[in-house]
Amino acid sequence: MTLQDFRIAVLARAPRPNIWDLVALILVIGAMVLIVYGGEQTTLPLTALETTPVSLDPIHLPFYALRTTMRMLLAIVCSTIFTFVYAAVAAKSRRAEMVLIPLLDILQSVPILGFLTFTVVFFLNLFPGKVLGAELACVFAIFTSQAWNMTFSMYQSIRNVPKDLEEATQSFHLSGWQRFWRLDVPFAMPGLIWNAMMSMSGGWFFVVASEAITVGNTTITLPGIGSYVALAIDKRDLAAIGYAILTMLLVIIAYDQLLFRPIVAWADKFRFEQIAASEAPTSWMLDLFRRTRALRALTYPLAAANEAISTLRIALPPALRPAAKSARPSRLIDVLWLTVIAACTGYAGWRAYQYLSANLTTSDLYDATEDGLVTLLRVVVLIALATLIWVPVGVWIGLRPKIAERVQPLAQFLAAFPANLAFPIFVVVIVRYDLNPNIWLSPLMILGTQWYILFNVIAGASAFPGDLREVASNFHVKGWRWWIKVILPGIFPYYVTGAVTASGGSWNASIVAEVASWGDTHLSATGLGAYIAKATEAGDYPRVILGIVIMCILVTIFNRVLWRPLYAFGERRLRLG
Amino acid sequence: MLDERKQSTTLIDLRGVCRSFPKGSGEDLLVLEKVDLTIHSSEIVGLLGRSGSGKSTLLRIIAGLIAPSSGDARCRGEVIQGPPNGVAMVFQSFALFPWLTVLQNVELGLEALGIDDEEQRKRALAAIDLIGLDGFESAYPKELSGGMRQRVGFARALVVHPDVLLMDEPFSALDVLTAETLRTDLIDLWIEGRLPIKSILMVTHNIEEAVLMCDRVLVFSSNPGRVAGEFKIDLPHPRSRLDPTFRQLVDMLYARMTHRAEPRTPVAGGFPGTGVGMVLKHVSSNVLSGLIETLAGPPYNGHVDLPVLANNLQLEADEILHLGESLQLLRFAQLSEGDLTLTEAGKRFALLETDARKKLFAEHALNYVPVIGLIRRVLDERPSHTAPVARFRNELEDHMSEEDADDTLRTIVSWGRYAELFAYDEQSETFSLENPS
Repeated sequence: MTLQDFRIAVLARAPRPNIWDLVALILVIGAMVLIVYGGEQTTLPLTALETTPVSLDPIHLPFYALRTTMRMLLAIVCSTIFTFVYAAVAAKSRRAEMVLIPLLDILQSVPILGFLTFTVVFFLNLFPGKVLGAELACVFAIFTSQAWNMTFSMYQSIRNVPKDLEEATQSFHLSGWQRFWRLDVPFAMPGLIWNAMMSMSGGWFFVVASEAITVGNTTITLPGIGSYVALAIDKRDLAAIGYAILTMLLVIIAYDQLLFRPIVAWADKFRFEQIAASEAPTSWMLDLFRRTRALRALTYPLAAANEAISTLRIALPPALRPAAKSARPSRLIDVLWLTVIAACTGYAGWRAYQYLSANLTTSDLYDATEDGLVTLLRVVVLIALATLIWVPVGVWIGLRPKIAERVQPLAQFLAAFPANLAFPIFVVVIVRYDLNPNIWLSPLMILGTQWYILFNVIAGASAFPGDLREVASNFHVKGWRWWIKVILPGIFPYYVTGAVTASGGSWNASIVAEVASWGDTHLSATGLGAYIAKATEAGDYPRVILGIVIMCILVTIFNRVLWRPLYAFGERRLRLG
Repeated sequence: MLDERKQSTTLIDLRGVCRSFPKGSGEDLLVLEKVDLTIHSSEIVGLLGRSGSGKSTLLRIIAGLIAPSSGDARCRGEVIQGPPNGVAMVFQSFALFPWLTVLQNVELGLEALGIDDEEQRKRALAAIDLIGLDGFESAYPKELSGGMRQRVGFARALVVHPDVLLMDEPFSALDVLTAETLRTDLIDLWIEGRLPIKSILMVTHNIEEAVLMCDRVLVFSSNPGRVAGEFKIDLPHPRSRLDPTFRQLVDMLYARMTHRAEPRTPVAGGFPGTGVGMVLKHVSSNVLSGLIETLAGPPYNGHVDLPVLANNLQLEADEILHLGESLQLLRFAQLSEGDLTLTEAGKRFALLETDARKKLFAEHALNYVPVIGLIRRVLDERPSHTAPVARFRNELEDHMSEEDADDTLRTIVSWGRYAELFAYDEQSETFSLENPS
C-alpha cells in the first residue's frame, strides 16, 4: 500500500529517467554492494578471525563500522518480524495474551548483556567453526535489546484500533490477514517506528559491548567498532578511541539521515488524526526518491508484491479470530489452559530451583541481593542527580523555542550515541587521579541514558501552554512558587517518561559500567552489574543466572513501586489538554 | 433499476430478535426485546429512538457485526452469520482509513470481493463520480471537510452495489448546512433511481431527518429497546419542512417519543420504592438553570412545545428530551405529549438567587433522586462521614451497564457538588461530608 499512491500519480507520465535518478541509483547500488560485501565476510570459517585480527589502524574503521551497522540492521529486521508475530498473537488471542504479555514485561527487565553468555555457546554450536555462529549470537544480543518495547507498542496499538474502523473492515468482508495489513499494521506504524528508533539507539550500546566477548575460556572478537575499542583499551591507545568515537558519530548521523528520517517522513500519513498536522516531518532523502522517475518505476514490483500479499484472502486460524461477540468464552478450556500454564510454570520453577540449589548456597543469594541493593542505590542517586541537573536546564531550553530547536536534536543524538565508547576516557582519569571506583565508576551508568531526561523535559517545556505562562507572570508567580505550582506539574508526565527510560537503561549499563579496565589496570565497583560481569567472565553460569534473576526482580519491583504509580498519577492529573 | 423496485421483495427479515449484554453483576442487561422488522426492496426505513434504545445494536445485528442473543435474523432468506453479502454500512464517524486516499478508501470495499484491478478502478471511479467527489480521488481524508468525508463513506458503501444500505446516524456528526446538502443529494439520487441499491435502513434520533427521508419510520422505546410504533410517511419527494403535513408528522413523532418519557426506571428485581437503579444522563446544573430561566421568561412563560424549543435552541430531539427528563425527575417541570411545562417549584427556582437556588436544588435532589438520597443517608450514618464510590457503583451495576453506571455517577457527583450535599475526592474515589471551608 505504501507506494500505490505514487503509482497512481505517475501512471500518466512515461518513466523517463531524470537527474535525481542518477543520484538515487548510486545510493542504492552503493548500499547493495556494501551489504553483499559485508555478508560475504560472515561465511568465513572461525579461524579467519585469528588470521586477520582486529587492527587499530584507522583505515580499517569504515569496514568495522559497516560490519557493526549490518548487525544492527539485521537485528532490527528480526525484531520487526518478531514484533508482528508476537504482538498479533497476543492481541488477537485472549488465552495467549494471558501468558505472552506478563512474559514480555519480565523479558523487558532482564539485563540484556546477561543473555550473551548462554547464547554465544548455543549459536557457536549451531554453526560449528563458522563466523556465522558468533555473528548470530551478537545479532541475537542486539535483538533482545530492541524487540520488547517495539512489541509492546504494537500490541497496545492493535488493542486500541478504533472500533468504527474495525467494524468497517468486517462489514466489507476483509479477511483476518487483509485486516492485519490494512488496519492493524498501518495504525500501529507511528508508535512502532518511534520505538524502533529508540531500540536502534539502545542497540548501539549493546552491539559495542557484545562484539568482543569472553565466556569462560572462549574468546571471540568479531570485527567491528566494539572490538576495535576493546583492543584500544587493551593497548591503552587513546587516539584509537578518539577515531572510534568519530566514526560512530558519522555512522549515527548517516543512518539517521538515510534511513530513519525518510521513514518518519513517509510514516506521517499513518498518524491517526482527522485534522492535518501543522508541521509535517520532512526528509531530503525521501524527497530525492519521490523526485526520481525511473527509480520509482523500480519500486512498482515492490508495491505490487505488497498489494498481492496484503490482499491475499487468508483467514486467520479460528483461535486468532476475534471471538464472535455473542459466544461466551468456554470456561472448561480456560481451566484446562490455566492448568497447562500452571504445570509448565511449576516444572520450570522446580528445575531452576534444582539447578541453582545444587550449585549455590544461601550465602550466594545474600551476596547477590546485597550487591543488587548497592546497584539500586546507585541508580536512585544517579537519577536524582541527573534530575537536579537536567530538569532546570531542560526547562530553560524548552521555554526558549529558538534554542530548543537546536538543542533537541543534539540531546536525542546523544541518547543514541553508545556511551560505552567513552568509558575508557573516564577510566584514564580515575586511574590517573587514583579516585574511588565505587563512586567514580557510577556516573558511567547514566552517561548514555541521562539524555532521555533532558530531551523529554525539553519537549515538555516546549509544549507548555503559553497562556498558562502568561497567567503565571500576570499574577506575579515567581521563584520557588513558579517551579512548584507552574512548570514542574506541567512537565511531569514528560519527565516521568524520560526518567523511566533512563533508569531502565542504567540498570542495563551497570553490567559494563561497574567493571572497567585500561590496559592491565582493572577497576571494579561493588554492585550487581559487577557481580554478573565477573560471573560471565569466569563462565560461572549458576551465578550469572542468579544475578540476572535478582536484577530482574529488583527492576520489576522498582518499576511497579515507583515509576508506574508516578506515571499513572501524571497521566491522570497533570496531562495538559 | 426502477423496474426492479416495482416488485417488492423481502430483503431483511427479523423475527423476535433479542440482544443482551453481560453487565457487572453477572446477570445480563437486555437492550433489545423481541424486535420484528421486515425490509422490502425500494423503501427507505428509519429507526427512530433515543440514545440507548438499542437501535444501533439492531443495525449491527443486521450488518452481521453482532449476533442476536435469540430470535431469527435473515438477509434474503439466509440466516445472518457474520456480515452478509449485499449489505454495506455507512458510519456515523465516517470510519475512513486516514492512511488511504479517497480512491483507495473506496476501493477497499471491493478488495475483499476479489475483483480484478481494472474493474475495481472503474467501479470505484464511477461511485466517486456519482457521489460528487470528482477531483478528490488522491486526497487523504484529513484534507477533507466533514461533509466530503461522509461522501467518501457513501461512495465506499455504494461501490459494492449492496441490496441494503445501512446508515448509522450518518449526518449527526456534520453541521446543519452540510447535513442538509448531503440529505438532499442522497434523496435526489434515490428518486432518480441512480443509486445501485435496493433499499436503505437508517438509524437516527433526528425526528425531522426521519420525516424528510423515510417511507416508513419505526419508533423505538428504551430499556429495553423495542418497537413502540410504526408510521408510514406518504409525502412525495422532495419534501418541504414547511409543509403543514410535515409539521404534523414531526409533532406527532415528538409526542410519540415523549409518551414513554417518564423517568426511565429499569427496576425489574431491584429496590422497588427506592429506584436506585435509575439511569441518570449527565446534564450540567448550569444547563438546567439556563433552561428553567429560558422557560420561565417570555415568550414561553412556563410552557413550550418541544419541537419549537429544539428548533430555537438548535438542539437535537434526543438532547432536548434529556433536558426535559432531568427537569421532570427533579420536579422542576412536567413532560407530556411533546410539551414541557414548568412546575411551581420550577417557576420559583427561576426567581431565586444563587444560594437559594442551590438550597432548592438540594431539597429536590434529596427527595426525588433516590440514589442521591441514599448516598447522603449513608454518609450521615457512618461515623467517618465518608464512603467509597465502589459501594454505590456495585449497587448501580446491579441494574445497568458499566457505562450507564459511570454516567450516572458523574451526574450524581456533579449535582451533589452543586447542591453542596456532599464532597467527592477524585483521587481516592470517596464521597464525604467535608467541604473545604
